[in-house]
Amino acid sequence: MSTTATNFTEEFVQVDFGKVHMMKGGTGQPLLLFQDDLGSPGWLPFYEDLARSFTVYVPSHPGFGKSERPNWMRSTRDLALSHLWLMKTLGLESASVVGIGFGGWVAAEMATMCHHIFDRIVLVGAVGVQPTEGEILDQILLSGEEYTKLCFHDPAKFEALYSAETTVDQREVWEVNREMAIRLAWKPYMFNQSLPHLLGGVDTPTLVVSTKDDKVVPASCGRRYADLLPNARLEVLRDCGHCADVEQPVELAALISGFVSQK
Amino acid sequence: MHLMYFTEQPMSDYPEEEARKAGGISALMLSNKHFDAVDGSRLYNERIEEYLYAEEVGVDGIMLNEHHNAPFCMQARVNMYASILAAMTEKVKIVLLGNPLPVSDNPIQLAEEIAMVDMISKGRLVSGFVRGGGSEQLANNTNPAYNRERFEEAHDLLIKIWSEPGPFRWEGNHYQFRVVNPWALPLQKPHPRIWIPGVSSIETVTWAAEHRYPYICLNTTIQQTQDIWEVYDQAAQRVGYKSGPEQRGYLIRCHVADTEEKAMKNGREFMWMLGEFTGLGHPVWFSPPGYSSPESRRRRAETQVTQRADSFDKQLENKNIIAGTPDQVIASLKQILEETRPSILALWGNDGKVDHKDSMDCIRLMGQEVMPALREIGKDLGLDSPFEVDSPISLAETPASELLPVTV
Repeated sequence: MSTTATNFTEEFVQVDFGKVHMMKGGTGQPLLLFQDDLGSPGWLPFYEDLARSFTVYVPSHPGFGKSERPNWMRSTRDLALSHLWLMKTLGLESASVVGIGFGGWVAAEMATMCHHIFDRIVLVGAVGVQPTEGEILDQILLSGEEYTKLCFHDPAKFEALYSAETTVDQREVWEVNREMAIRLAWKPYMFNQSLPHLLGGVDTPTLVVSTKDDKVVPASCGRRYADLLPNARLEVLRDCGHCADVEQPVELAALISGFVSQK
Repeated sequence: MHLMYFTEQPMSDYPEEEARKAGGISALMLSNKHFDAVDGSRLYNERIEEYLYAEEVGVDGIMLNEHHNAPFCMQARVNMYASILAAMTEKVKIVLLGNPLPVSDNPIQLAEEIAMVDMISKGRLVSGFVRGGGSEQLANNTNPAYNRERFEEAHDLLIKIWSEPGPFRWEGNHYQFRVVNPWALPLQKPHPRIWIPGVSSIETVTWAAEHRYPYICLNTTIQQTQDIWEVYDQAAQRVGYKSGPEQRGYLIRCHVADTEEKAMKNGREFMWMLGEFTGLGHPVWFSPPGYSSPESRRRRAETQVTQRADSFDKQLENKNIIAGTPDQVIASLKQILEETRPSILALWGNDGKVDHKDSMDCIRLMGQEVMPALREIGKDLGLDSPFEVDSPISLAETPASELLPVTV
């Protein structure tokens, strides 16, 4: 697998609800990075790019990847609350956050719960709000591999990360993650009907990023976030599917660095 | 023995080529634009006629099941046919295998329906429960990750409804009810017998054994069946009873005809059924994320492609399908009975495009020739059914004095 193995550490953070697997790298102001529900097969070049400007924390969501599953957890809001607790455990009074896909939903929920926890918010292809046009692609009718392939604009980039023949280990990780995703977001699938009513209270500067060829999350989700958040702007990346962090790492990292570094 | 007749109630008139375009997978997503209600009406009524005839020719029980979004099974509500048969038949047991508990958001309603059927049938109901296959969860939009938890909680609630007077309150993990107090209660006290059908989920086999509920193996191979009994027997021993044929059931595809030629022609129709038992279940829909235990997750990760079933000839050879004249069928079933020793046997007689006349012939030969012979064989082998030995309906209803010392 093509991941970067340079300057990062890997650890398990013990929080009362369970062990959280976390990768961490770089120096500078703290930047939390919440992955999509697919997880990631390691320290991605995108993380490395961001680590040039920030201390990047990449926790696996509880129940995803190598993080312990809290069996009581029933909703994405529960998950968001657990991340607030994780931040407290890490001694992060505030941080900027980048949420990819499902991770964007988690970040948005956290922001509605604690208006000043984030300095800057970046939502990339975020689910969490019901699309006003189109539907969020239902991964439950697809295999993990079929779904992940649809997350890419360029099949070569899928293969570069996961190889043309995916491994049983990788497919098992997808199964673990999909199982946790549906424990949290089965119905309604991947959105919270209350969230749009609460986003108006979040005045944190927010960058909403959509991609031109996102087959998973309709563009209307990005537009909705940008409309509902009082201090948000929308950027659209070209030649890119749902996995912008893998397909356009340099462009996305530059966009984020510029936005987060503004004071 | 307790000998039952079963059919999946296929909707045989959909264009097979449409299912083939979808890789041979007909359940869940094959468009219902292919459903013809005129045919549906005819088929539903033919089935009723066949069930009534099964009773007339001496079948002990009629086994019913349900599936959703599936041309291979037109029964969408097992309790609907059960209620029809409760009113129209006199003697046969009505055996539900079963109500898919997790897909129900209201187990109280199920308790009421089951109680009504039991009363209308004058106590002829066997109330089996199932988890429902993976695609059933998708068709009903029930979270597969909580399937087993919902199954067990719904079961516990039903048993409480039938064992303790209401009103009471239920604040469970997946079900919450302010007032549990259904007026209708079963005629059989405290409740009808509960049988659990399944394929090979070790967790379900163990759960059934721990409750002393008979387990009905659904067309498993002889080896799989024997392996299941080993798991069942050990679990029974652990909770304090010795299991026997009265806890063992078996369903097998078995077509009987006057001539071997016709039996083979109609037997092939079992292969037509583009459903789960031919191995054409979609690998994801069959076992969506969270549906199976974490232990079998690895197996799911290894299985990416749809597995084709063995050929008809191979399945005949392995006695996974039986087709023949009464004498031929009796000989094959005798071997199965000897090797797996169930006291409950369901013969899945007709499927696919087997027409009404041949279905009726098959039922006649089953009732008048095959089943009488099987009863004799069963007697020789000591395969007494739960009704014949009047076995306790559950572990909870087993007198403490009859329990063996529990092994730790």
